[in-house]
Amino acid sequence: MALLARALKGFGRFWWDFLVGDTPEIFLACVITIGLIALVSDVAKWHRAGVVILPLLVTFTLVGSVRRAVRARR
Amino acid sequence: MIATTVTSSAIVLVGAVFLACAVEMVEALTIVLAVGHTRGWRSAFEGTGVALAALAALVAVLGPALVHVPLSALRLVVGGVLLIFGMQWLRKAILRASGLKALHDEDEIYRETVAELEAVATRPDRDRIAFVMAFKGVFLEGLEVVVAVLTLGTSAHRLGLAAATAGVAIVLVGVVGVIVAKQLSSVPENLMKMGVGVMLVSFGTFWTGEGLKVSWPGSDAFLLIFVVFYAIVCAATISVLRKASPTNVAVA
Repeated sequence: MALLARALKGFGRFWWDFLVGDTPEIFLACVITIGLIALVSDVAKWHRAGVVILPLLVTFTLVGSVRRAVRARR
Repeated sequence: MIATTVTSSAIVLVGAVFLACAVEMVEALTIVLAVGHTRGWRSAFEGTGVALAALAALVAVLGPALVHVPLSALRLVVGGVLLIFGMQWLRKAILRASGLKALHDEDEIYRETVAELEAVATRPDRDRIAFVMAFKGVFLEGLEVVVAVLTLGTSAHRLGLAAATAGVAIVLVGVVGVIVAKQLSSVPENLMKMGVGVMLVSFGTFWTGEGLKVSWPGSDAFLLIFVVFYAIVCAATISVLRKASPTNVAVA
């Protein structure tokens, strides 16, 4: 039982480190991006909008995360 | 005659899986070589073997389960995971290429692992420390390979192709790594990581969109546009960072 609990805890920790780790801003931005695209594409049925919005939001997230890391270094 | 159709998504899938597995294999192999050279090969191989068995069990359990998940839900979840994973890789690769973060130095990791192992004096026949270090190294690096193969393979409905590509990458790096032994540092790891990151983010964007009913012009072919687009974004970001802090470029 203790072994199972430890394995589950380790599994949970792996996913936490894997998805959040030291870049919580990337995780948060992805959740927000998916929510926004779901609203635009799935709810508003504007299926072509995601073609432009999705890669742009991903780019902003990536560049924003890099800028955050650069600022932290200074 | 067997007609074969090579789609752009298959090409990007093979490239992404191959590079991701090769990079992780280099990292795992560095640790196993350090353990083997320092504490003996028996425990290093045992640790590696048990880790590989544990990873195979994970694939055997999770692989068939993932196939039964509805494709749009699977692609949305996998797309999200790949976006996060890919952006984390790209972020690190951009910072390293800009000189703002130290490059991943396999020689340094090898030396550190050897020093850590040599600090423990006893070397019994069955070396628990060597076993644990080899197991941890292979299992943790292998988990990333498993995630990449399962997510990319199941979402593209090409789990067999992804697994075969991973196998080829692992064997190839393993053979070359054993031959060149301590020269793993000559592998252009950051460039490979950048390539993997670009492909993971491209797949992530594509499948997140698919899962949310975004209609990509040209279907699968749009993946290649993402690859080019994100490669340009990375190159531009690195260029801007290098110009902003030219003194950082030489940092190793």
